Amino acid sequence: MTRPLLRLSGLTKAYPGVVANKDVSFEIHPGEVHALLGENGAGKSTLVKTIYGLVKPDSGTMTLEGNAFTPAEPRAARAAGVAMVFQHFSLFDAMNVAENIALGMENPPPQREIAAQVRQVSDQYGLPLDPDRVVGELSAGERQRVEIIRCLLQDPKLLIMDEPTSVLTPQEVAILFETLKQLSAEGTAILYISHKLEEIRTLCDNATVLRLGEVVGECDPKATSAREMAELMVGSKLHVPEKAEKPAGETVLALQNLSAPAPHQFGTALRDITIDISKGEVLGIGGVAGNGQDELVAALSGEMRVASDMVHFQGQPVGQMPPNARRKIGLLAAPEERMGHAAAPDMSLTENAIMTATTRENLTSKGFLHWAKARRFAEGVIKDFDVRTPGPANAARSLSGGNLQKFVIGREIMQAPDVLVVNQPTWGVDASAAAAIRQALLDLAAKGAAVICISQDLDELMGISDRFAALNEGRLSAPRPAQGLTVEEIGLMLGGAHDMEVAHVDA
Amino acid sequence: MITLEKRPQPSRIWSLATPLLAVLLTMICGGLLFAALGKNPFETIRTIFLDPLFSEFAWFYRPQLLIKGAPLVLIAIGLSFGFRAGIWNIGAEGQYIVGAICGAAVGLAFYPTESFIIFPLMIIAGILGGTLWAMIPGILKVKFGTNEILVSLMLVYVAEQLMASMALGALRNPDGMGFPGSRNLSQYPSAANLEIISGSGMHWGVVTALIAVIFAYIALSRHIFGFNVRLAGQSPRAAKFAGVNPTAMILICMGLSGGLAGAAGLFEVAGPAGQISIDFNVGYGFTAIIVAFLGRLHPVGILLAGGLMALTYIGGEIAQSNLGLPLAAIQLMQGMLLFFLLAVDVLTNYAVRFGRRQVV
Repeated sequence: MTRPLLRLSGLTKAYPGVVANKDVSFEIHPGEVHALLGENGAGKSTLVKTIYGLVKPDSGTMTLEGNAFTPAEPRAARAAGVAMVFQHFSLFDAMNVAENIALGMENPPPQREIAAQVRQVSDQYGLPLDPDRVVGELSAGERQRVEIIRCLLQDPKLLIMDEPTSVLTPQEVAILFETLKQLSAEGTAILYISHKLEEIRTLCDNATVLRLGEVVGECDPKATSAREMAELMVGSKLHVPEKAEKPAGETVLALQNLSAPAPHQFGTALRDITIDISKGEVLGIGGVAGNGQDELVAALSGEMRVASDMVHFQGQPVGQMPPNARRKIGLLAAPEERMGHAAAPDMSLTENAIMTATTRENLTSKGFLHWAKARRFAEGVIKDFDVRTPGPANAARSLSGGNLQKFVIGREIMQAPDVLVVNQPTWGVDASAAAAIRQALLDLAAKGAAVICISQDLDELMGISDRFAALNEGRLSAPRPAQGLTVEEIGLMLGGAHDMEVAHVDA
Repeated sequence: MITLEKRPQPSRIWSLATPLLAVLLTMICGGLLFAALGKNPFETIRTIFLDPLFSEFAWFYRPQLLIKGAPLVLIAIGLSFGFRAGIWNIGAEGQYIVGAICGAAVGLAFYPTESFIIFPLMIIAGILGGTLWAMIPGILKVKFGTNEILVSLMLVYVAEQLMASMALGALRNPDGMGFPGSRNLSQYPSAANLEIISGSGMHWGVVTALIAVIFAYIALSRHIFGFNVRLAGQSPRAAKFAGVNPTAMILICMGLSGGLAGAAGLFEVAGPAGQISIDFNVGYGFTAIIVAFLGRLHPVGILLAGGLMALTYIGGEIAQSNLGLPLAAIQLMQGMLLFFLLAVDVLTNYAVRFGRRQVV
């Protein structure tokens, strides 16, 4: 057996009131793909932050290639050959890809050289990315490529990946895995954090399972069933959203040849989208990020006006209606980006409730706000959707991503819409909160509303949708019943591995 | 080592304390500056900040406080809406001038008829003039995406030239023996912006400024319009999603700030200044920007800040005449005030930690 690349022994880290890591020990060997499994709050993040130098352990030691490894800050960890791709990206929207990558470097070479390196690495590992594009215009999937390439340019010995597949299609996942396998064959160790068990079974050589901060088991994922790992990880059964059987209702929203030019340089034009959505139905729309999802939501919410008869709501043409007029008749939406789009970060939750609920909840009279009523509405959302916050006077930015997402979705559902459009409703949300949000969407549909759920999480879409359609370059595929669709069929609907190619493994 | 940590939400205490801290720092650094100029710093600070209110001649200075403060507050209230919404009208000085010209022109057109309707008409003309002047950068921004900061600022210089031409041409006093400048409106009863209580400095502009403060307070805290203004400034995308029309928001905010600046110009030309002259404007429109920020864009804050700014103006004049302090030193101190305000503002959103950085 080779000498371990990284050895953790007895790592313990306590925060006031909670032990995040308790006596955690394991080893990672060069070229090994090591899975770190565990539910949200199991201590995975604290552990990898310790390795990456963001957290200092209370006790315990780490060795890297036999030498003591005590990174005081991420810079030291990077210098030692540890790189990390975070689940939430740390990129500057206003800068282009190459500039963002330069920012993470100690002594960045000239822009042109970085751009050349980005092209070379992206070609080598099959991660297409134009170094001159502005990050603000990139989709979530593309932003992740920036983070991965940024790490690969450091030529790391150990690459830590935190939930990398939450924004990818099956084909993109397959290609990412090719990239990771190629890296592993070149001797790079990978610490892979996920709670998607099937992924781990296909990719990883070893797995360490954490629960409540402790190592509760190690296993060879290829020889262990997903069920066994799940039991180790959760300790109990996860809540699976329940779908009620219901007959098809009458059409409530009809899109007829919905087309719109791209709203900005890097946007996607919508092309000839035609679909009818009935009462009580959940329509799942899949697709790789940047294929028109944001534009479709904008066309439905009223942020982007389209020709009047392209969108019919209960027989009435509404394509030209502004957002609040659409809310009035019952067409509501929740966009993907929580901070700054679906919610105003610096405003209180009460004010964020006013943002979209004014029309339907009658929060104004003659333009004057009913603060008490708005506060009660916000409190109702907080209570019914289990938003963890001291109260509605807190700023939206003080909430964690999952909690804010519950608030944003809850705010729309509480207004009893006839049609609700949600985009990535559970991205970056922990498993139990995600289950709660999905259940709330299903409950809404059970009451007779139509729900359009746009997501890149296919498990989510398969779990809640009655019909499934895919967006590809602004076109919507013909919808098909979600029941019985296979991963391969979905892949074909998504238009194959859009904009991706398999890594050149021969290198 | 000193590090800054972002607070989860803005500190309420610091957002109230920072303006006071800024004033204090200004007094300290201003005092050092005055000491370096060979003046007694304590006496100078006292002259600037306290003498206008409490000295032997305070009866003369106190009305001045209202006269100087009112246009500052009135203009700053208008600007605060735009600044909150992220619309940067820097040209209030120009809108102030055009408001004065339009208002004065209406008054002079009626001369020498006496009627109670003349002054209200002049006010309307002043507001319209300021609004229209502000619409130029507003419409250019909406239609062509031009930068309202540059356009509104450059239009100040155009307005100054326009005023000079008016003072020398169309509005020149026919009985003025060729001297530049219009008839004196304060000597034309129907058009004069007279003191409501004699000797108090309380003219109609002061009343309007106070009403504007109250309306702004209600709009910002109770009305959906104020809410939309704040939302548009904090999160433009969220505002669009919430149904705020960005084009309308730009035009309304530009029009509002222009209109109030125009009204301020009218009250000045019909009252304290009395006539359109080449040197009519003294920079109220620019100082109001400082007042707006010093007051944290909050109506009550602006009222207090306007008073403070007027105080330093009057105190500065006293210091110039009594202590022989150069004007530049006074202006430097006024600049320090804004500088310190912006600098200590960081404390509202960040906590200062001394010592080594805590591991998170």
